Amino acid sequence: MAEQYVAAVDQGTNSTRCILFDRRGRLVSVAQREHKQHFPRPGWVEHDATEIWRNVTRVVPAAIRQIGALPTQIVAIGITNQRETSLLWDRRTGRPIGHAVTWQDTRTDRLITELAGDEGPDRFADLCGLPLTTYFSAPRLRWMLDETPGLRERAERGEVLFGTMETWLIWNFTGGPDGGLHVTDVTNASRTMLMNIETLEWDDHLLAAFDVPRSVLPEIRPSSGVFATATAVLPGVRIGAALGDQQAALFGQTCFSPGEAKCTYGTGSFLLLNTGKEIVRSTHGMLTTVAYQIGSQPAAYALEGSMAVTGSLVQWFRDGLGLIHTAAEIETLARTVDDNGGAYIVPAFSGLFAPHWRSEARGVIAGLTSYITKGHLARAVLEATGFQTLEVVNAMNADSGIALTALKVDGGMTANNLLMQFLADLLDVPVVRPMVTETVSLGAAYAAGLAVGYWPDLEGLRSNWHRAGQWLPNMDPTRRAAEYANWQAAVQRTFGWIRPGQ
Amino acid sequence: MLRLLASAPNGLGVADLGNALGLAKATVHGILKTLHQVGFVEQDHSGAHYHLSDAFGRLGDTYLDPNELRSRAINWADSLAARSGEVVRVGRLVEGKVVVVHHVFRPDDSDQDLDVGTTLPPHACSLGKAVLAFDTSGGAKPRKLEAFTTRTIVDPARLADELASVRAKGWAAEFEEHTVELAGIAAPIRGLGGLVVGAVGLTGRIERICDSRLRHRTDLVTMVRATAEAIGRDLREDR
Repeated sequence: MAEQYVAAVDQGTNSTRCILFDRRGRLVSVAQREHKQHFPRPGWVEHDATEIWRNVTRVVPAAIRQIGALPTQIVAIGITNQRETSLLWDRRTGRPIGHAVTWQDTRTDRLITELAGDEGPDRFADLCGLPLTTYFSAPRLRWMLDETPGLRERAERGEVLFGTMETWLIWNFTGGPDGGLHVTDVTNASRTMLMNIETLEWDDHLLAAFDVPRSVLPEIRPSSGVFATATAVLPGVRIGAALGDQQAALFGQTCFSPGEAKCTYGTGSFLLLNTGKEIVRSTHGMLTTVAYQIGSQPAAYALEGSMAVTGSLVQWFRDGLGLIHTAAEIETLARTVDDNGGAYIVPAFSGLFAPHWRSEARGVIAGLTSYITKGHLARAVLEATGFQTLEVVNAMNADSGIALTALKVDGGMTANNLLMQFLADLLDVPVVRPMVTETVSLGAAYAAGLAVGYWPDLEGLRSNWHRAGQWLPNMDPTRRAAEYANWQAAVQRTFGWIRPGQ
Repeated sequence: MLRLLASAPNGLGVADLGNALGLAKATVHGILKTLHQVGFVEQDHSGAHYHLSDAFGRLGDTYLDPNELRSRAINWADSLAARSGEVVRVGRLVEGKVVVVHHVFRPDDSDQDLDVGTTLPPHACSLGKAVLAFDTSGGAKPRKLEAFTTRTIVDPARLADELASVRAKGWAAEFEEHTVELAGIAAPIRGLGGLVVGAVGLTGRIERICDSRLRHRTDLVTMVRATAEAIGRDLREDR
C-alpha cells in the first residue's frame, strides 16, 4: 500500500503553507505562498481573505505534487492559523466583507479604553482569561460591526458570518456558500474574549458587553476531532483538527503533561505552559488560554506569555537600519564582539506585551556610548529576545509555582546558535530543540492524525519526539544577575513615553 | 551590459539594453536570465526593469553567510537525521579546514554535544571530500595530509584520484578515515550558479552506514544527495 500522510495547513501571518508528515512525524514536503500585507493607515494591518484561500488551493496540491503522491494518500487535514485575526463574510455569496483585520492591528486602541472604563482592562479576565487589549478578536469584531453601515442589521438577520482564519478555511474546504460548515475550535475561540473559559461556550455576558450578535458566531468544537469531510481542494479527505498556531506548537512539542512548556521564536515569541485541567489565573501578566481539547475529553489549559517583538526586531535591524542583508547574518555580526558592550535594546515598538502589558511604552536603546559598534547592537538585538523570555519565565514560575527545568524551543530563530546559548545561560536551564522545528504544522498534523486514528494515542506521538540539539547553561551567576538588572533598568525607561493628549 | 546597468540607477529594460548594445532582444534576454540566476542583477516589482544587485559589489566577500546556510539547511538536515537515524552535519571550507555550520543529534535521545563551530580535517572526512572536490582556490588543499587512522588518505596523488571520483559520483564516502568504526556519506550543496557552498552529510557506525559487503548503503546515499539538492534548491530559488 502506498505511504499515507497527514497534511497540515498553516495559515500564518505572512504566508500560507502546506506541510506533509509521515507516520513517524517526519516532514516530507513543504509548499508555501506569501500573501500581501495591507497597511491602509498607521497601525492598521489587514489581509485579503480571498487571496489567502486562493493560496490554500495552491499550496496543498503543490505539497502533494512535490513528492509525486496522490491526493488519496492524504488521510487527514489539520489546520492551524494566525490567531485573533478577524473576518466577516457574506453567508450567501461567500465574499469577505472588507479585509481581515489582523492581530497586530491597533485600530481598536480607543475602543479598548472605552470598554475598560473605570473597571480597567481586567474587567473580563474572570470570564475569558484575557485582558482587554487590541490583540484579541472581540474588540475588532465590534469595530467592524460599528464602522460598516448596515452591517449590524445584516448580522442580526444571520446574513453575515464571523470567523478567525481556521473558520474561514474550514467553511471554504466544505463548500463555502454551498453548505460550508461554520465552526471554530476551543483554542481559537479562547482568543476572542467571547468564550467563557470554564464552560467553553460563547458567554452571554461577554456577547452583551461587546455588543456582538450570537448569530454571527461559529459553533465551537474540540481542537482534535473530525470536523467534516472536505469537498474542495482535497475532496473526500477528513478535516481532523484546528488549533491556533501557538497551541499547535505546544501540541507538536508533545507538551501533554502539566508543567511542560515550549517557546516558539518567530516574528513575536510565545511561551506556553501546560497547566492540565486546571485554569490558572495569572497575577503576573500571563494569559489564561485553552491548550487543546481532544474529542469529548476535558480541555487542557495553558498559561501563555506573549512577546510582541522578537524576530521582528531582527527584521527591523535588517530592513529599517540596513546593517545586515539577511536575518541570519545578525549572528555573524554579533559574533564580531564578545558582549553587548553595555548596550540594551528594549523593543517596545507598540507597547510591551507580557508580563508588563504597557501600551504607552515605546522602545529604547539604553547604555549607548561611543564604544558601541554595530556588532554590540546586533548582540543587544538578540539578547532582547533572551531577556524578554526570562521575564516571562519568571512570571510563569511565580504564577504556576513550578520552576521550569528545561525549555523546549522551536521556530525560525532556533537556527540562531548564539541566541540559543544566551537563552540557556540566562534561564540557567537546558534549552532543547526538537528534530522537527516546524512544530506548529506538526501539532496540527498530530491533532488531525489522532482524530482519524492515523496515530493511536498521545504516547505514540511522544515517542516521535527527538532531541535535535541542546544548549547547556554556562554563565557566571553574578554576571547573569548584573545583566538582568541592567535590562530591567532599561525596561523602566520605556514606560510612560506616550503621554495623554499626544 | 553590466556597465550599462551599473550606470542606470532606475534600471533598464530589455529594449533599452538591446538598443544600446546593438543586440537582438532574445540575446539580451538570455544574458539577463543568466545574470539573474547567479544573483548579479535583480528585477524590479513590475519585472520590466533590471538593475545591478548589491551582491555584485560584494563579489570578493564570502558568497554565503555561514549562519544563512544553517538557517536554509535546518529543516532538511532535521529531516535527514530523522529518516536516517544518524548524526547529520553541514560543513563548509574555511582556510583549509571544514567548519561545522550545523549539527543535528542522532535521534535516539542519547547525550550528545553540539559541535557547531568545531573543525574537521577535509581530507579525512566525507564532508571535507565533498567540498574539496569542487574547490578551485587551491589554497584549501592541505599541504601535509595528517593520518588519523591507518585508513586516512595521506598520499596526495591518491587524494586527487579520490576527489576525481567524488566529482564523477556526485557524493563522497568516508570509511574509518577519521575515526575507527565510523563511516560517513556527504554530498555537495550547490548555491547560485552551481557554486559549491558547503556539504551535508551523515556519520554513524559502519554496520549502520554500510551493507554486509561494506559498501555504503544506496538508500542512505540517495537520501543525502536529495537533502543536498533540496538545500541547494532553497538557496537558488531565493533570488
